[in-house]
Amino acid sequence: MKKLKGFIVKEFFHIFRDYRTILILFGMPIMQIMLFGFAITNEIKNAKIAVLDHSKDELSRKLVEQISASEYFTLYANLQNVEEMKTAFEEAKIKQAIIIEKGFAENLYKTNQANIQIISDATEPNTANTLSNYTQVVIRNFQQDLNKQQQSGVMQIEAEVQMRYNEKLKGVFLFVPGLITIILMLVSAMMTSISITKEKEMGTMEILLVSPLKPFQLILAKVIPYLLLSFLNACIILILGNYVFGVPVKGNLILLLAESMLFIITALSLGIFISTRTDSQQVALMVSLMGLMLPTIMLSGFIFPIENMPLPLQVISNIIPAKWFIIIVKSIMLKGSSFIYVWKETLILLGFTTLFIGLSVKNFKIRLA
Amino acid sequence: MNNSENRPAVKVNKLTRQFGDFYAVKEITFEVNKGEIFGFLGANGAGKSTAMRMLTGLLAPSSGEATVAGYDVYKEAEKIKKNIGYMSQRFSLYEDLTVLENIKFYGGIYGLSNQQIKQKSEELVEKLNLHEVSKSLLSGLPLGWKQKLAFSVALLHDPEIIFLDEPTGGVDPVTRRQFWKLIYEASDSGITVFVTTHYMDEAEYCNRISMMVAGEIAALGSPNELKKQYGVDSMDEVFVKIARPSN
Amino acid sequence: MRKIRFILEKEFRQIFRNRGMLPIIFVMPIVQLLILANAATFDIKNIKIIILDQDHSTFSKRLVSNVNASPYFALQEPSDNTEQAEAALKEEKSDMYVVIPPDFEKDLIKEQNADVQMIINAIDGSKAGLASAYFANLLANFNVEMASSYGLKSNAMLTSNSNSKSIAVTNSNWYNQFLNYKFYMVPGILVLLVTMIGAFLSSMNIVREKEIGTIEQLNVTPIKNYEFIIGKLLPFWLIGLFELGLGLTLAKIFYSIPIEGSLVIIFGFAGIYLLAVLGMGLLISTITETQQQSMFISWFFLVIFILLSGLFTAIENMPEWAQRITLFNPVRYFIEVTRMVMLKGAGFSAVKSQFVVMLTFAFCLNLLAILRYRKTAS
Repeated sequence: MKKLKGFIVKEFFHIFRDYRTILILFGMPIMQIMLFGFAITNEIKNAKIAVLDHSKDELSRKLVEQISASEYFTLYANLQNVEEMKTAFEEAKIKQAIIIEKGFAENLYKTNQANIQIISDATEPNTANTLSNYTQVVIRNFQQDLNKQQQSGVMQIEAEVQMRYNEKLKGVFLFVPGLITIILMLVSAMMTSISITKEKEMGTMEILLVSPLKPFQLILAKVIPYLLLSFLNACIILILGNYVFGVPVKGNLILLLAESMLFIITALSLGIFISTRTDSQQVALMVSLMGLMLPTIMLSGFIFPIENMPLPLQVISNIIPAKWFIIIVKSIMLKGSSFIYVWKETLILLGFTTLFIGLSVKNFKIRLA
Repeated sequence: MNNSENRPAVKVNKLTRQFGDFYAVKEITFEVNKGEIFGFLGANGAGKSTAMRMLTGLLAPSSGEATVAGYDVYKEAEKIKKNIGYMSQRFSLYEDLTVLENIKFYGGIYGLSNQQIKQKSEELVEKLNLHEVSKSLLSGLPLGWKQKLAFSVALLHDPEIIFLDEPTGGVDPVTRRQFWKLIYEASDSGITVFVTTHYMDEAEYCNRISMMVAGEIAALGSPNELKKQYGVDSMDEVFVKIARPSN
Repeated sequence: MRKIRFILEKEFRQIFRNRGMLPIIFVMPIVQLLILANAATFDIKNIKIIILDQDHSTFSKRLVSNVNASPYFALQEPSDNTEQAEAALKEEKSDMYVVIPPDFEKDLIKEQNADVQMIINAIDGSKAGLASAYFANLLANFNVEMASSYGLKSNAMLTSNSNSKSIAVTNSNWYNQFLNYKFYMVPGILVLLVTMIGAFLSSMNIVREKEIGTIEQLNVTPIKNYEFIIGKLLPFWLIGLFELGLGLTLAKIFYSIPIEGSLVIIFGFAGIYLLAVLGMGLLISTITETQQQSMFISWFFLVIFILLSGLFTAIENMPEWAQRITLFNPVRYFIEVTRMVMLKGAGFSAVKSQFVVMLTFAFCLNLLAILRYRKTAS
């Protein structure tokens, strides 16, 4: 045990001697969380739109005024003709154009019926869809106001909306758990896989293997420093999330920390597994970065809701450990769930860890035999 | 001027390299004559490698003067590089290339023509008896072979001087002797050899040696001169006397 | 210049000889492209909804059946009480629940006014916003529907209904009529993959020679800085362009991605873009000592580049300062250009400014890399 301790201390020295690694290890996640916490958002604000008003009457002007008053939109231009609109779209100056037919007010007064066309730049389908929905809401309200002025007695069902767990619909609530996950996953897996393959590449692994330490202790010694550092990282991110972005921790903090620890161990064991499969740092790095980056971002539910994906992908998403951790973090932090709500996810993470370690031990034995 | 037969191959005057307060090399002065085997001896950390790195243009000197093959190390580093060969204690060929591919690559970047590369490759394989392994990856070859190959590759472009930084580190005595045979052959063909080592028996193979202690040259001369000067029988004893004067 | 040929030959040999790397460079990205293309959809359909009908009237049943018929909502097993509905929300068994109060029908007929309550899981704010908008829409339609069917019996309602003005809204989605997310994601993912391959490989390259020690041997040769950098850069440049071509071909075959504009513009831009990315990689490689460091630094930048590229979340939604940061993000420009050229068929004049910016990036980064690469330590 004493030997093991000495070894762990040596690993710590290795990490701390290089100030650049330390800077990277702590500075970068902090910078990333700060940057993305503010910058990544699905909330649509000030989307640039243009209006092609063929009518230019009192009502159409009022409608345009109401649309541009919405915080969702910024009126980029009043267009004169369709050609101008096409150019604006092609040069990506606007996201949406609203065309008001000729004689808009006249039609409304005479026939009770008028037409508006919404044209969206659907190269970004999500934005297109959301913007057109928002515009329709504004138009509907406009229409209701018109009708209210002259009559009473239309049936009206009013909806009272409660936004649960995130009253102000802050994007940060969704992204902080995701960012914690991605940073922990990539940093932990990459750091272990590379530090072990480096010893292999340099040939120092063989020297260590003939030392009185058992291979298991050896790996432990390599991993423990990263475990502690990653855990510290997780704490820093949680604190920032809470104080800077107001993301609450409604549930039990100890539970949250314990689950983070478990997830870090999962990621570390994945790193160990990668390192038992290859001798070269390059391969280890490419697998843990190229192999993990996009799938973790895209299939974990971080940005794209898993339930909207086609079924095969929903199945595949189950093998992404990050998916389960994001569920756990969201439940504990935002919903205040207790362990009975997340035991299934916890068990799955434990299963992944056991699997990675088991496979690593197997690979390791084959190599030695 | 550079082709003058009389100028020394290497001329060093008060060359110094500082890292902060620490003098890795302090005001060393010496000359290496054409065609001789000049040994640079000293314990680990005595400043041998630092001195050599300055002469090969890998490290900028802090002060002092030096010319290599008649070129100034400050202003004409790139010209020096055309005229020297270098082989370091760290193995310097590509493990994931074959013997022939390594030769081709280094020949190519020294500007040899395809004809020359082909001819040199054949000569080299013949000389080192690498017929059977010429198309295998270097990673599979014994260290001794690799080092001999690295030495020969460093001579591909017929340099005027070859710098060897602890070339025989980590190989067995038999291989070391074979390696020195190669060095002698190179020397016989007129190439100046500048070699650092901490094996004192290798010092006996040199025409002249300089002993470095703590960044300074403590002794300079032929092995016999030095032995006579210190009144001992072997270079080992010379080294002990110089390095630890109190003993 | 002839020397560059030898460096190229060596680099290619080393790349293609590394059995572990080949699948990572050529297979993994393509598999990811084809699989992940399906992952990206913000399309909100089948919002899981529970309706707590406390009225059990004709009106409330009609509303429930309207919800059931909507493609946006997936009606779940009804709950008996608020606690149950609340628990379902917590366990993610539903995304929202709606409470129809007792006397819903009565109030509506008597006072022409009734309330329902909508409780939505708002952790994903944008999804919650859309869910509430969809439900409000559904209610609005329900209002009209009830008014007209009920209006037959109520004279007042009939007249008021026929008097009410309505604005018909038609919606057209240009450049991607059916809001196909793949059209939008596939070029974007391809850009990201090509970027990662290029940046990671190039940032590891020189530093690897440092680690194994061969860099010293190269530094004592008369090779010029620019020859060295070009020799290191070109192989990855070619691999990047090859990968882009392969990816586009497969995207065309599997997902019928439209290519409205000119491929020459795409590849022309990609060529300059890759120079910039590789220049960045090489620059990182020259300022670091170990592969670990260089990968970590390039990882840091790539995560930022990827998340701020506008692919996953739109740039114009970001705060002003973050939008300004994206001006220094090369990935952003490439995604813009692929979108504009491939989907909108934009010509060169529309993307001229992106070309200029990218050329500047490429020039500066490579110049820095060449200057930073020192054969002599000082």
